[in-house]
Amino acid sequence: MDATVNKLLEVKNLSVSFRQGSRETLAVDRISFDVAPGETVALVGESGSGKSATALSVMKLLPYPAASHPSGEIRFKGAELLSMSERDIRRVRGNDITIIFQEPMTSLNPLHTIEKQIGEILLLHRGLTGQAARARTVELLTQVGIPDPESRLRSYPHQLSGGQRQRVMIAMALANEPDLLIADEPTTALDVTVQAQILKLLKNVQSRLGMAMLFITHDLGIVRKLADKVCVMKEGKIVEQGPVERVFTAPTHPYTRALLAAEPKRDPAPLNPAAPVVIDTKDLKVWFPVKRGVLRTTVGHIKAVDGVNVAVRKGETLGIVGESGSGKTTLGLAILRLISSQGKIVFLGHTITGLNFEKMRPFRHAMQVVFQDPYGSLSPRMSVSDIIEEGLWVHHPKMSKEGREEKVVRALRDVGLDPEARFRYPHEFSGGQRQRIAMARAIVLEPTFVVLDEPTSALDMLIQSQMVDLLRDLQKRLHLTYLFISHDLRVVSALASRLIVMRHGKVVEEGPAAELFARPQNDYTRALFAAAFNLETAAEGVVAQ
Amino acid sequence: MDDRTIVQVPETSAQSPMGLAVPPSGQLVALSPINRRRWENFKANRRGYFSLWIFLVLFGISLFAEFIANDKPFIVQFDGKYYFPIFRTYSETTFGGEFETAANFRDPFLQKLIAESGGYTIWPPIRFSYDTHNLDVPTPAPSPPTWMLTEQQCAEVVQRKGLTGCRDLEYNWLGTDNQAFDVVARLIYGFRISVLFGLTLTAISSIIGVAAGAVQGYFGGWTDLIFQRVIEIWTSVPSLYLLLIISSVLVPSFFVLLGILLLFSWVALVGLVRAEFLRGRNFEYIMAARALGVSNTVIMFRHLLPNAMVATMTFLPFIISGSVMTLTALDFLGFGLPPGSASLGELLKQGKNNIQAPWLGISGFFTVAILLSLLIFIGEAVRDAFDPRKTFR
Repeated sequence: MDATVNKLLEVKNLSVSFRQGSRETLAVDRISFDVAPGETVALVGESGSGKSATALSVMKLLPYPAASHPSGEIRFKGAELLSMSERDIRRVRGNDITIIFQEPMTSLNPLHTIEKQIGEILLLHRGLTGQAARARTVELLTQVGIPDPESRLRSYPHQLSGGQRQRVMIAMALANEPDLLIADEPTTALDVTVQAQILKLLKNVQSRLGMAMLFITHDLGIVRKLADKVCVMKEGKIVEQGPVERVFTAPTHPYTRALLAAEPKRDPAPLNPAAPVVIDTKDLKVWFPVKRGVLRTTVGHIKAVDGVNVAVRKGETLGIVGESGSGKTTLGLAILRLISSQGKIVFLGHTITGLNFEKMRPFRHAMQVVFQDPYGSLSPRMSVSDIIEEGLWVHHPKMSKEGREEKVVRALRDVGLDPEARFRYPHEFSGGQRQRIAMARAIVLEPTFVVLDEPTSALDMLIQSQMVDLLRDLQKRLHLTYLFISHDLRVVSALASRLIVMRHGKVVEEGPAAELFARPQNDYTRALFAAAFNLETAAEGVVAQ
Repeated sequence: MDDRTIVQVPETSAQSPMGLAVPPSGQLVALSPINRRRWENFKANRRGYFSLWIFLVLFGISLFAEFIANDKPFIVQFDGKYYFPIFRTYSETTFGGEFETAANFRDPFLQKLIAESGGYTIWPPIRFSYDTHNLDVPTPAPSPPTWMLTEQQCAEVVQRKGLTGCRDLEYNWLGTDNQAFDVVARLIYGFRISVLFGLTLTAISSIIGVAAGAVQGYFGGWTDLIFQRVIEIWTSVPSLYLLLIISSVLVPSFFVLLGILLLFSWVALVGLVRAEFLRGRNFEYIMAARALGVSNTVIMFRHLLPNAMVATMTFLPFIISGSVMTLTALDFLGFGLPPGSASLGELLKQGKNNIQAPWLGISGFFTVAILLSLLIFIGEAVRDAFDPRKTFR
């Protein structure tokens, strides 16, 4: 009995297994850890390491019976949760233990107002209705820092920003003053500046309410900032656990050490003012018309990219950073002439503005692109060889079968994949390997200029730094020029020789990367860097909520 | 959890992160892994899988209807020479008859001639074609199945033919209809024409529908807007009445009916394919293909069409059964295939008109019901097979 008094949650020997078809996959393999009242425990690991499955089994929210627990027990305040009936567990869920999910877009019901969503929980667990419920809702919204909560009550989720939605989610989780809050990657979908605010908020409410927190993340920076104790998970097992201080300063397991060393090396391509300009834009604009009324008259424009001048010299990497919605991806697509734009674009001395699709084709092999989503950017119905060959079909239609095969093999070797991979299909590869395939598709045409649109954002930390190394290596060997678009400043700082900071479609600040990182001039840039590198929030008004 | 199900190969070294290489599969028809998984899923739905086999067997048999139910024998040996009446028409004089007309091998006179020459005939299992009148019906047509006849009912025929009893008569396993046509023969031929009609209609209307949907979805904008409005107006035309009017003006034949039904059935897939293309054209790999300079046609065929085919394939069995049903309905109403042709709908109509002859209605009903059920079961299994989230115990 004494042992359980200072343990709020006790997970012993827990296994989770999923059945798909006749196959049984062990997602979590006999893990044990515990959470004391008021303590923050972080579960860190790559995607697929079983951290979310662990968190969901605490709530018994896994898709039973496809999921099962071959072994283990979960004790919450001494009561066994796994054997508890559905009726009893519902009383624990949302009351004693609550959860916030990663995606604030889909975690809120789009058809209900904020008041109704929070009110539902108050009604279910506390029986609050009418004025009492409303007062409590306003109190909660104030607590999570929603400005002017009274007027926000009747808002629908789509009227709120991502950060505000996550705040509402937190308000819902706090509604019944839980003893344990499970946060499943609550900031992964948010911009860095908003992430910093949400983390600060979580820390505040935790200390105020004295609740414990089980924090699931892949970001070691957050762990260090927030957690008391950390469990490092790999392939369903906890390979190391202990106080954050100890694990970070003296990691014992090789995997933990690898994770901590996974910071991408800062070694950008050198600036070369004498090199020829590869791409040059003058006053580039992408305006989407806003049409209203019966006659669909244009009443205004959404200025996704608004008068941007970009010049990239051969062999350099131009980093473009900014939050979501700042227009950085649109800028990349406009430069590649994949969306229509106004303003002049000069590519290797040729003005390519206004050329139609046919006339653009001769330039396509020299300008390539790698997209963010390794799952979406490869056609699932084509073999790797077909995917990489496609560009060769277009640009070298007379090339022999052997010639194409040779090029595909070379491209695969260049990106560090076994050439035998060409006979397989994309779904057989992990995210990092798929990004390599996407890269192979780009370099097989021997381009001069490659637009990298967040190529590392969807990848795990360890693989991110490998990808950065690969990109740098390819740049040197193949003399590539990169336009590197990312919101992840750590990755950008590892590669970019020059940097552009974008906000609302405009360039806020630009210059050589080293200089910019060392001495940012603009307030917004400073706030962005502080949030990205130190998870610190900026003074009110500089960044969006 | 999806991450764990794909092959996880450690990515720690940039040199050979692939680990084990998998050699290319040496099969002749190499199914892509996705299709292999679909085939497994399809097989996992036992009901659909068996339905497919039963359907294929039935359809296969019905394709050879002439070899199963025919009023012409496979082989006739006459005067030491072999004749193949099932493939060629011979005149009666060939066998020593009197007329220049085509030989009727069911004629006892001709049979006698052949037998007297020391020859023999090899018959298909059922000696009636769909349009062979049974001249020896024991009761006024429609006549019941032979095994249901009482001795009293067949006494007259038995006597006329010099036989000993009902069991010696030539069997009409499911009786005859009101024109003394053998019901089994008509069912076999009717099944064939229904399925062939369904398949042809589905194939042609899918091709048109997919093409129209693809163009609308891929290009969007005004193309889409105008096409959609036209289709909306077109589908609001009461098609059944129009069909009735047209088929009363034109002489209905297999291909006329096909054409008429095609006018309306092609729209079935348009919405679906259009939606798939609208969704698909924003995928990153489409954008990547455009960045490679791949042309619109190639993008539509190589990248987008396979996506749309999933939804299309899922619908196909249901469209086939819908087409079969439409043809049956038109035949039932008397606006279908020309009089005399074997058709399931016509049999049902006879069943309705001859309540006193339940073998007509019952056999017609069961054939249509079994055919449609098989198609629906196959359709369900196909739907399962293409469902990426479906898992089986």
